[in-house]
This record gives sequence, structure tokens and C-alpha cells, in this order.
Amino acid sequence: MGAITNTVAQVREMTEEKYKYGFVTHIETETAPKGLNEDIIRFISAKKSEPGWLLDWRLKAYRYWLNMSEPRWQKPQFPEIDYQDAYYYSAPKSMSDKPKSLDEVDPELLKTYEKLGIPLHEQEVLAGVAVDAVFDSVSVATTFKAKLEEVGVIFCPISEAVQRCPDLVKKYLGSVVPYTDNKHATLNSAVFTDGSFVYVPKGIRCPMELSTYFRINAENTGQFERTLIIADEDSYVSYLEGCTAPMRDENQLHAAVVELITLDNAEIKYSTVQNWYPGDKNGRGGIYNFVTKRGACRGRNSKISWTQVETGSAITWKYPSCILQGDNSVGEFFSIAITNNAQQADTGTKMIHLGQNTKSKIISKGISAGRADQTYRGLVRMGPKAAGARNYTQCDSLLIGDTCGAHTVPYIESKNKKALVEHEATTSKISEDQLFYLRQRGIDEESAVALVVNGFCREVLQQLPMEFAVEAQKLVGISLEGSVG
Amino acid sequence: MHEITEHLVKNFEGQLPHLPGSDLNWVEAMRRSGLELFNDVGLPNTKMEEWKYTRLRTLEDTRFQPVNEGNGAAKVDQLPTLFTGQKEIPRIVFVNGCLRTDLSDLDNLPDGVLVHSLSGSLAYDPVWVRSYLGRIGQMDSRPLFALNTAMMNSGAIVRVRKGVIVKSPIEMIFVAGLTNVPVAYYPRNLIVLEENSQATLINIHDGLGVGPYFANSVTEVDVGNNANLRHYRVQTENLEATHIGSMHVRVANEANYETFSMSAGGRLSRTEAFVRLEGEGAHCRVNGAYFMKGREHCDNTTVIEHVVPHTKCREVFKGVLDDEACGVFQGKIIVHKDAQKADGHQLSRALLLSDKAEMDAKPELEIYADDVKCSHGATSGQIDESALFYLRSRGIPDALARNMLIRSFMAEAFEEITDEKVRDAMANLFMHRLPAQCFLSEEWTRDKLSNE
Repeated sequence: MGAITNTVAQVREMTEEKYKYGFVTHIETETAPKGLNEDIIRFISAKKSEPGWLLDWRLKAYRYWLNMSEPRWQKPQFPEIDYQDAYYYSAPKSMSDKPKSLDEVDPELLKTYEKLGIPLHEQEVLAGVAVDAVFDSVSVATTFKAKLEEVGVIFCPISEAVQRCPDLVKKYLGSVVPYTDNKHATLNSAVFTDGSFVYVPKGIRCPMELSTYFRINAENTGQFERTLIIADEDSYVSYLEGCTAPMRDENQLHAAVVELITLDNAEIKYSTVQNWYPGDKNGRGGIYNFVTKRGACRGRNSKISWTQVETGSAITWKYPSCILQGDNSVGEFFSIAITNNAQQADTGTKMIHLGQNTKSKIISKGISAGRADQTYRGLVRMGPKAAGARNYTQCDSLLIGDTCGAHTVPYIESKNKKALVEHEATTSKISEDQLFYLRQRGIDEESAVALVVNGFCREVLQQLPMEFAVEAQKLVGISLEGSVG
Repeated sequence: MHEITEHLVKNFEGQLPHLPGSDLNWVEAMRRSGLELFNDVGLPNTKMEEWKYTRLRTLEDTRFQPVNEGNGAAKVDQLPTLFTGQKEIPRIVFVNGCLRTDLSDLDNLPDGVLVHSLSGSLAYDPVWVRSYLGRIGQMDSRPLFALNTAMMNSGAIVRVRKGVIVKSPIEMIFVAGLTNVPVAYYPRNLIVLEENSQATLINIHDGLGVGPYFANSVTEVDVGNNANLRHYRVQTENLEATHIGSMHVRVANEANYETFSMSAGGRLSRTEAFVRLEGEGAHCRVNGAYFMKGREHCDNTTVIEHVVPHTKCREVFKGVLDDEACGVFQGKIIVHKDAQKADGHQLSRALLLSDKAEMDAKPELEIYADDVKCSHGATSGQIDESALFYLRSRGIPDALARNMLIRSFMAEAFEEITDEKVRDAMANLFMHRLPAQCFLSEEWTRDKLSNE
């Protein structure tokens, strides 16, 4: 019973909060002129004092992007994006001369992160979590750097990595998501501003969870971060990202690219708690979350595991994927997507089995409420050489209210008889029996729904690192607030 | 006008006077609208989501001519029927798109059942035909349906009047092949079951010889209130044939529609079923089986729409793929807004026998109502090695053991056929297409049994 009262209390608390991250930080920012052209790209590149090859790469991507047409196959509908009507670079002014330590960071910024509940001061940090915080276009602070460096783990903003270890960046950047991949990834390749870079050397088990918090603050800015994580042979790292944004009436574009690479026997666990501003009840404002996330299991016995809790954004449109190249490599995808009010989501995964005995598992839980529309779209492909490969997919959708939609669109392609593919999907509404059971024990309807939904998502919630599982559970509660009765 | 499709409709104006219903203005208008749509869109290509896995290579490569009366006289040695030797089964037979009265037998039709060819029906009761033809299926974005509408030259029109219960199955047989040049023919069937009626219909598409031809068939089905239709389909076209068959069905209150499509031939075949459950209590069962070998490509595409509350559908598709064959299953269940209490279940399972076989599946759920129960499952894999080992360890030769496992795998699909006679005939037909060594092993069992 303790757990239940606890959850109920949390939900009530959250109910009153609505979107608690919707505040704006008034901070002086330095922005590039509005619009997008080659000069803007040169400006961004110069701001980051990038080497010539990176600028060339950006320009190549930009020129390619100009000739790409907007994708049309997706389910979410939205007005055409005016790429010229946004700022592609925005940074807190005080960052111009980089702070050497946290003490030099603008106190206003620190306050922002405090409000978000992200402790940047190391003494307050939850034991074992190193944080890299990205504010609009730049990384503001990275904690625990020294401790990580002791074991040789490089965890820093990607702009810094370009200076510190250009060879690594040059070798891996764009090797999983090429600049020609898709409209939004190509745009990101041209204008990406910051993001995290992680390199875990051979044989190292990263001693703590790594974490990045993204925040879009400035008006009319797009955020284009680029994350690159490389796990060298026999290494392990767990990485978590969280995101928030202020409430604004216009839609803001967030087009990130995340690339993961695992070599022999390495493992990356990547967790996302995405809570961008979802727009108001009528679907005004909110973030367009168009992200390309892909991991390559290059080495034998390597593993990539994606866990995502998607509760925010006006539109979530992403497919964290695994390319299972190495023999015996493993890909996993655990997802909870919650859409309420006018939110739309088109999310899922791709598991491309190339090597022998590769395994993948997909567990997707979708909850749709209000007038929201949600699609699970996934691809499982067994290549001709993927003998002994195996996939298990389970997608369940829960519908709350008679005006929402839930769709399942799996693509299953098998070119090898020794590959086994299993797919299961169900769609149903919340069980009346379960609700009745909870209601007759005096639990009000909204809390009962939150409880049932938490149970429905349990398999995925369990995959999250401890500290974030609690947060995610609360999020599930708030996101559904107002969906019943 | 698209270059690769030009030949299919090249002589449209010249042919028009010779096509069924040429004296009726509304038929001509219908044909013209189909032609216009086909010319606008062209052949379906793999960029269209519905055609993602099926490329109509045969239509791109081969120039098909319209059929002529001479083609219709091709010699048919043995009629492809599910009921060999049973004379009393009513059947209507078309060879290369021409009605063959010498092979057809409609004498035993019970009262209240009308079976005509398309041209016969348009002459007999055009007003009635007009109220159904082209009004059940949606032509938009389906260019091959549009092409059929423009060119329809054969097909059977079946009408079962109110309350009539037809005991005997009725066969609609289409035979093609043995032509000097590759031909294209366009059967257009219409099946109307009025209130409280019951019938069993079997569409058979069979091929002769080894030359390529193109069969583009459209069947429109209307199942009236409380009617019950069992509609089976057998596709055993020849090795070089291209077969596109679509069924457009609407099911009214408390009505039942059952279909089973067996595909076991054709270089490239696609069977489409578009079923709309339009009346409360409507129920449909859309099932199928396929066995492909060589370089055959088989596509089963279904779209089932729950339009009103309290409707139910069940779908089971199973297939076996050998050699370099490719199987495609695209199943979509749509539950419209307000179609509460919908119950949908879909299953696709494929067995791959060879390293080069390929299976692509896309089972989709599109749901806009909340009080529903929908699920789907899809699997693909090879014969269960441990089951095989179990049988082998009991002294059963490899080929026979495999044969047994394939049979048991397919049994789940054939069990969906509620008409026992048809079920046995279909299963039998299917098993005879299994790899040759299975028959050797059957002989082995016989020998062994007789020795004992």
C-alpha cells in the first residue's frame, strides 16, 4: 500500500504542476543572424574554432541538404517548416570566454539547472552520475571530468572533442549516420552546435553513469546537438539524456543526431527521458523532436541497448536503431511513448541483422490519450548472412478516450531461413476490471489510471537506471493528467 | 501517358466497341474514368507504400496484347476444378477471357440464383448491374483496379436472391495461356448475396503452357443483411504468368464473409482483399495459404476496415517458401472512429525452406477507437530443428519428416476453411506441390507398412 499512496501523492503533486519546466530563463544570449546559409555555417564553425575538414564536411552536408525534399511518408502532420525563420546558433553571452570551472558559470544558468533538478555542483550530484549540460547551442558544464579522466574515459562536449581528439572524431563522425542519411540528419550535420562526446578506452567499465541534459531556452532557436559515443573493445558505458524546454507558442525544431559505436565485446546502454514542452491543450506550440539515433555493433559480441521514455514534444519522430554487424552482437530497444492532448508520435526502431547469431529484442509500449495520435513503426531485417539470427518484438498500445489513435506498422524482412523473427502486437483500452478493482478500494480514477499505466509500462521502466526510473514513473503520471473523466 | 504502360491501353478506342456493354453509355463512361486514372498514375511502383515489396517487373518487361477470340479457343485438356469427376457442380468457365459454353455447366443452378457472364448480365439486366458494378471498390490510388475498369472483358456476375440458400458450391473458372503472343485479360466479377441468403463460391485461376500472360482480375462482393458467403480462391497460374487479383467486399448487418486464397503458381502474383465491415454484427474471416518455389513472387495484401461498432475479423495467412521464392504479406486492420467493440485478430507465419528464399511482412493496425481488442502476430523461420530431430530419431527419413512438419505447419491455415469438401480439396492440391522427394518418402512409408 505504501507504494500506491506514494504514487498517488506524486501524481497529485504533478497534476498541479502541469509542465513545470515551462519557465524561461532571462539571460543574455549571443545568436547568429536568423536564417540558414553557408555564412551561418561558417559562423558556427568559426565560433567553435573548428579545423578545416569539419567545415568542409558541414558545407558538403548543407549543399546536399539543399537538394533534399521533405519526407512525406510519416503519420504526423504538421505545417511546412520554414528553415529560414530560426536561429541556428544561440549561446549564453557569458560563455563567450569559456568558464574554467563551475564557479565562473553565470549564476543565472546554474539557477536554471537547479530549477530543472539537475545538480551541477559536484558535491550535490547523485552518487555516480556525471553530467554534461547543454543550454541552447552550447555545453555549459561538464561534471566529474577529472574522475573520469583518471580511468581514461573522455566525456566532454563534442566541440571540445574536436580540439582534443580530432582523430577519433574524424574517424567516427558520420560513420553511422552519414550526412546523406535523411533531411533532418543532413541539416544537423551542417549546423550541429554541440552535444556530448564519449570515448571509453579498451577494457574499461565506465565507473559512473554519464548523463546529458538538454535545454532549449532562447526563442525561435532550433537545437541541433550531435552525440557520438564510442565504446572500444571490452568496455561498458551507460549514458542518459534528459530534455526540457520553455513553453512557447511557436514550434521549435530539435533535430539531433546520435551515433553509437561498439567494438568487440563492448556494450553501450543509452537511456532517454524526453520531456520537451508538448504544446498546450489545443496543440499550440511545442517541440518538434525529429531525431536520428543509430548505433552500430561493429565488433563481435557487442551490445547496444536503447531505452526511451517519450512523454514530451508536440511531435516525436524518431527510430533509435541498431546495425548488428559483428557476429553474436545484440541490439535492444525498450520504449514507452505517451501522447496526450494534441501530441503526435511516430516512433519505433530498426534492427538490421547483418552478422551471424545476432539477436534483437524490441519491447514497445504506447499510450495514447486525448486527441493524440501515435504510431509504432519498426523494421526488422534479417540479411542473407544473418544465420542463426533472432528477433523478438512486442508492441502493445493502450488507448484512453475515444478520440485518440494508435497504429502499429512493423516491417519484417527475412532473407535467411536460419533467422527467426517473431512479432506480436496488441491494442486495447484500459481494462475496466482493473479500474473497477482500484476504484472500489477508494482510489480516484486518475490515480487508478496512472497505476494501471505504470504496470503496463513496467517491463520498460525496469530497464532504466535506478535514479531515473523514479522520475520516469512520475512523468508517466503527469503526462496522462487530464486524460480521464 | 507513361511509356511502359502505353501498350496495355494503346488500342483502347479501337477495342471499345468489342468490349462488354459497349452499347451502354454508363459503361463507357466508367471505362473512360478508369482509363484516365490509370493514365494519370501509371503502374504501381515500389515507391508506393502499398507496393513497397512487390515490383511489377514482368509488366515493365513484357508487352502484353489484348486477347482476341482466337485465344479463347485454346484447348483445355483437363478442367482445373476442385471437384474432379463431380458433374453436378455448377460452373462458368472462361478461357483467355472468353466465355466457353462448352465447358461451362449452369443447368443445375437452383431457383433464385443467377450466374451470367459480364456481357450476358449487361444485356439481361443492365439496371441491376449498374447499381453495383464499380460501386463497391474504391478506384482511387489503385491503378490496376482502374485498368481493369477500363478494359474489363470477361467475368461472372452472380446474384443470389433474398433468402435463397445454395447448397452446392459454384465454380468460376478462369484458364489462360497457350497464346502465340503474351496476352492480358481482365475478368470483372460481381457477387451479390441478398438478405438472408447463403452461398459458396470458388474462383479458380489456372494456367496452361509456359508462355507469359497477364491476368488482372477484380471481384466486387456485396454481402447483404444476415447473408453468409463462403468465397474461396485458388491461384495456380503457369510459371510465367503475372496475376493480380483484387477483391472488394462490403459486409452488411449480421452478415458473414469468409474467404480463403490459395496461391501456388505464377511468376508474380498478388492477391488483394479489401473488406469493409459496414453493418453491426458483421463478421469476416480472411485467410490464405501460399507455396512458392523457383523464382516465384507472391504477395498477399489485405485491408480490413471496421466501419461501425460490434464487428469482428479474423485473419490467418501461412506460407512455405522454397528455392529463391519471395513471399510478401501486408495486412492492415483499420478501426474507424466510433467503431467501438471491434475485435480483430491477424496472424502471418512463413516457413523458409531455402537459404535464398525471402519473406517480407508488414502487419499493420490503424486504430481510431478506444474500446477495441486488436492484435497481430507475424513470424518467419525455418523448420524446427528439434522437431525434425525428434522425428528422425524415431527412424523417419529426413524428407518425410520435413514433409510431415510442413503439413502440420500448414494445417492451421487450412483449418480455417469451414467447408469440409473445399478444405480437403485445397489441402490436397497444396500437398501435391511439395518438393518431389516427399513423394518418394511417402512410397517409403507405404512399403514399410506393407512389409509389416
